[in-house]
Amino acid sequence: MSVLVYTENWEGKFKKLSYELASFASAIAKEMGSTVTALSIGHVADDELKSLGKYGVNKVLNVQDNRFESLDNKAVADAIAKAVASEGAKVVILAHNNEGKAFAPRLTVKLNAGLVTGVIGAPVSVEPFVVKKKVFTQKAFAKIQIKTDVKVLTFAQNSFDVVENQVDTVIEAFDPQIGDDEFTTKVNETNKITGKILLSDAEIVVSGGRGMKGPENWAGLEEMGDLLGAGMACSRPVSDDGWRPKEEHVGQTGKIIAPNLYFAFGISGAIQHVAGVSSSKFIVAVNKDPEAPIFEFADYGIVGDVFKVIPQFIEGIKEIKS
Amino acid sequence: MKILVLISNVPDTTTKIRFTGDNKAFDTSGVQWIINPWDELALTRALEIKEAGGVESITVANVGTAATEPTLRKALAVGADDAIRIDAEPKDAFYVASQLAQIAKDYDLIMSGIESSDYNGAGVGGMLAAMLDIHSVSAVSGVSLENGAFTVQRDIDGGNQKVSVSAPLLVVVQKGIAKDPRIPAMRGIMMARKKPLNVIPAAAVEARTEFLGYEMPEAKAACKMVDEDNAKELIRLLHEEAKVL
Ligand SMILES: Cc1cc2nc3c(=O)[nH]c(=O)nc-3n(C[C@H](O)[C@H](O)[C@H](O)COP(=O)(O)OP(=O)(O)OC[C@H]3O[C@@H](n4cnc5c(N)ncnc54)[C@H](O)[C@@H]3O)c2cc1C
Ligand SMILES: Cc1cc2nc3c(=O)[nH]c(=O)nc-3n(C[C@H](O)[C@H](O)[C@H](O)COP(=O)(O)OP(=O)(O)OC[C@H]3O[C@@H](n4cnc5c(N)ncnc54)[C@H](O)[C@@H]3O)c2cc1C
Repeated sequence: MSVLVYTENWEGKFKKLSYELASFASAIAKEMGSTVTALSIGHVADDELKSLGKYGVNKVLNVQDNRFESLDNKAVADAIAKAVASEGAKVVILAHNNEGKAFAPRLTVKLNAGLVTGVIGAPVSVEPFVVKKKVFTQKAFAKIQIKTDVKVLTFAQNSFDVVENQVDTVIEAFDPQIGDDEFTTKVNETNKITGKILLSDAEIVVSGGRGMKGPENWAGLEEMGDLLGAGMACSRPVSDDGWRPKEEHVGQTGKIIAPNLYFAFGISGAIQHVAGVSSSKFIVAVNKDPEAPIFEFADYGIVGDVFKVIPQFIEGIKEIKS
Repeated sequence: MKILVLISNVPDTTTKIRFTGDNKAFDTSGVQWIINPWDELALTRALEIKEAGGVESITVANVGTAATEPTLRKALAVGADDAIRIDAEPKDAFYVASQLAQIAKDYDLIMSGIESSDYNGAGVGGMLAAMLDIHSVSAVSGVSLENGAFTVQRDIDGGNQKVSVSAPLLVVVQKGIAKDPRIPAMRGIMMARKKPLNVIPAAAVEARTEFLGYEMPEAKAACKMVDEDNAKELIRLLHEEAKVL
């Protein structure tokens, strides 16, 4: 009986998200009086695997098999299921990101498990097993009980503190024995977004709406982004009209993000937009319309012209950075 | 080739969210119901694929009570050929996927949305694929049929990929799968009345999760306003008061 956490890697490295998942798993294990096993698939050096021990991971199952690079949903889900079976794990944790969302539902069928996706924070209780998540696209919280013996969760990033809790970690090679015929997804082309801060990882996000008037006016926002090491985002019409790339679209039908700080420039604050950013710790709004709904959600605001405010922000940021 | 598009019936995206009975249930009074935005885009893409040739029919399916029939009729009006409603009160993603598994066996391509905009389960698609023991690709922003195999565009964490997978396949779709949803024309609405909408009884299935209750987020403190000509002050507040810069 243990808690199994699937820790994905990015070119052989873990991210803050991996340590957040480990911390979350270790908090659950503590309450259940059990231990944490991490499953890592891909080429990750032993030192990097060992770093999970700092966050309470007792054992790492290390799968090195190039076939999994195709992220074949069926093959990876089956591999995770094998690891769960070999560990006798009762709680299985994945990230609530593209990979986690792809594998977790399949996994529940294999394991006869119940699933809750997008879990935020620590469980409400482990006996009975009750967790919290956001529903109605971020507008409310639900408490959900999982009634099966094995439980699968996907965990929402930035909703649990990374807690150091050094334990001894053993690394074991693990072969889930997945046959070649299970891999049918063939990758023809991969485009990595490089040199940019990924929106999902960004602690600070600078976002613009239709009030920015046109793509030619983004230089100021980009300068702010560079100074702050921030991710860039935008409202839907801005990406629909091709002012900005579609990866930057946040909201109900775009990405849902939860940074520490979200700057909204010339964004009215439509309910579908706010659905994607309302979990931000702080929201700053700049809008010339004092009645704009965004001010109902913002912590700090300026009623004014974005083009007057942005240069002052840049100056202010340079001052505090120096 | 036959395509199945899964349709979740959800409150309009501008619905004010309220709960009844001691916050135990969603208050559906006065709610306008729509096709889940992702499913609407999936259906649009299915129609585009059909128009390109090689597709025999597009079926839409929902697990729900008779109250969801207007949503299915709308999908027929947009262009689906026939509809299936499995007559059940949906309880969770596993329950819904188990019901759909009864009718989903004979399709070459099944399309589901990444999540329902109400309960945000993000589960039905992947579960159904595993129940049918077919392949699935998630976070899909493009799908087309080329030489009998599917070419699929998907997001991965930190980029995107083009992959190919053979039929039968289930795709879990998201932004980008189609540009704008199709809107039913008058002719479509007329024709939809005559298209088949088959009702199938529910299978006996136990849900694996139970929604115990709901909470609304705490009311936010009033927004602290700073003057337009003194915008640097706001940066100072973020630095010294909020401590996020
Ligand atoms: C099903 C559905 C899903 C949707 N999903 C999303 C989604 O995921 N994300 C999303 O963003 N939207 C989404 N929308 C669209 C949403 O309803 C709004 O239309 C959109 O968010 C508006 O974008 P905006 O704030 O950039 O533009 P607008 O609403 O046009 O607002 C522009 C704002 O800029 C201000 N402004 C103008 N000039 C200046 C200036 N010089 N200085 C300062 N302020 C200025 C104006 O006062 C105004 O408030 C969705 C809609 C539907 C129906
Ligand atoms: C407590 C509770 C109360 C509910 N009340 C209602 C209600 O009043 N009216 C109502 O219509 N539904 C109701 N539902 C059902 C709900 O709308 C979903 O259909 C179901 O719970 C699956 O949601 P999900 O978020 O897990 O789906 P997800 O896994 O997020 O859905 C992903 C995709 O699966 C497909 N899908 C999801 N649900 C269905 C479905 N029912 N039929 C066909 N395909 C589907 C769609 O393609 C969707 O994009 C209720 C669900 C719960 C848990």
